[in-house]
Amino acid sequence: MPGAATLPSRSVLPIQVAAMAARSVTRLLRQPAAIVPSVIFPLFLLAVNAGGLNSAVDIPGFPTDSYITFAIAFTFIQAAIFSTMNAGQGLAQDIENGFFSRLVLTPMRPSALMAGQLAGLVLLGQFQALLYLAVGLAAGAHFAAGIAGYFVLALLVSIISIGFGGLGLIMAIRTGSGEAVQGMFPIMFVLLFFSSMALPRNLIEQDWYRFLATINPVSYLIEAIRSLFITGWNGEALALGFGVAIVLAVLSIFFAARSLKGRMLK
Amino acid sequence: MMAGYFASAWAVSWRYLHNLYTKPAVFIPSLLFPLFFLAAFAGGLSAVSDAPGFNYYDFTAFQFCFVLIQASALAGVFAGFSIASDFELGMGRRMMLATTHRSAIVVGYGFGAALRLIVTWTVITAVALLAGMSVKGSGIDLVGMYSLGLLANIAALLFSSGIALRFRSLQAGPLMQMPVFITLFLAPVYVPQNLLTGWIEPAASVNPVTASMNAARSLMAGDPSGILLAYGAAFGLIVVMGFWAIGGLRSAETAG
Repeated sequence: MPGAATLPSRSVLPIQVAAMAARSVTRLLRQPAAIVPSVIFPLFLLAVNAGGLNSAVDIPGFPTDSYITFAIAFTFIQAAIFSTMNAGQGLAQDIENGFFSRLVLTPMRPSALMAGQLAGLVLLGQFQALLYLAVGLAAGAHFAAGIAGYFVLALLVSIISIGFGGLGLIMAIRTGSGEAVQGMFPIMFVLLFFSSMALPRNLIEQDWYRFLATINPVSYLIEAIRSLFITGWNGEALALGFGVAIVLAVLSIFFAARSLKGRMLK
Repeated sequence: MMAGYFASAWAVSWRYLHNLYTKPAVFIPSLLFPLFFLAAFAGGLSAVSDAPGFNYYDFTAFQFCFVLIQASALAGVFAGFSIASDFELGMGRRMMLATTHRSAIVVGYGFGAALRLIVTWTVITAVALLAGMSVKGSGIDLVGMYSLGLLANIAALLFSSGIALRFRSLQAGPLMQMPVFITLFLAPVYVPQNLLTGWIEPAASVNPVTASMNAARSLMAGDPSGILLAYGAAFGLIVVMGFWAIGGLRSAETAG
């Protein structure tokens, strides 16, 4: 059959995913300069915000008496947003140095390439989740959801990492430029800052800012993680957070796959 | 002799400004960055002014002073990026051959960075006033406040030029930006110094930027305090960073 030699059978797919995932993880581990800032910078901002905004807990209606418990959710999302850059940067590098073109000549499935790239991010996300939780608890944060809550947190962080990682892949595939992927960073930062990261939405006084925070999906991701720390099990916050994360992941993977097919045909 | 020196500095400065304002991709983000911080902090955190002990008269004015110092310092850092880029592309070597005294190159970038501030200050001040910021300080107070921004700009420029001249590559960008960014955030950004708690309280008390920030806020409120300390700390920093920049210049000269 024509073309049969170029398409692998389904059973080959896990092997391809594993190979690409191993490459992605090895590359992450070999580039501490790329991953250390994405791990350390969120902790630095957490430390600054926790010290600088601690008096916010005295505002009537503030949901907790510990600002670090409130602010730590932002750290997880910030790390996930950094992962956008890591995923995109890795693939853009492959495109720039010609590795991607060579890969296209092999029977590698596009889904294996994407899954492999994202696997490294999920692993990094899990490491960050564990580290931030440990640092937060050591610094006095409360984790109301307990041990079961940790698994929910890990799952949510994984989905968020895939969602933002997918956005990075779209940029990398469409532009083929690491510089363009880095150029996305300010946009991501705006998404992060115009959210409920520093105060609960009901305590934001400026109407225009509260409106932006309400329509910003990042607010719901932060609030889902925050609910695990402050209230334990808040069904509404978790449903909204998981809903936003799943929609983001599905859409970003869908568009990344479409873009990838287009580039492979070029 | 002096005329030649300043002619060289002016030529470097003109070139820097020409390159800056003919490249919107470079200029616009550096202008939007402080506006973004002003909007995010003044808009999103205004409820913090309801916290007990927060006794500043206007939260937008309070955040404006931070953004003023931050934008001024980052303008100095961005000039450092241009120095690194010029040396990376070989333009720096040509400038070193063309000047009678090579410190004129750094002075030229300093002029350029200071002139650039006029546009940045005008935009952020206009936006803050449109957002309803009230100003209590007199004209002299405001001159004092903007002068603190200028001193932050000079100190940051000298620091980043020291890095740029040693590494002569844009890859050293994070080394210029991150220390300045971290130092700015180790000052009382969100609340007055007396409301800081935990580890950041001692860090802020020894941070020279804290003195500038407190003095700028007092000048904005028309109730000057800590002015001598702020100016003393700023000039001290400029002297130290001046030696750092001269060391960088020597390193670039040695490298050829």
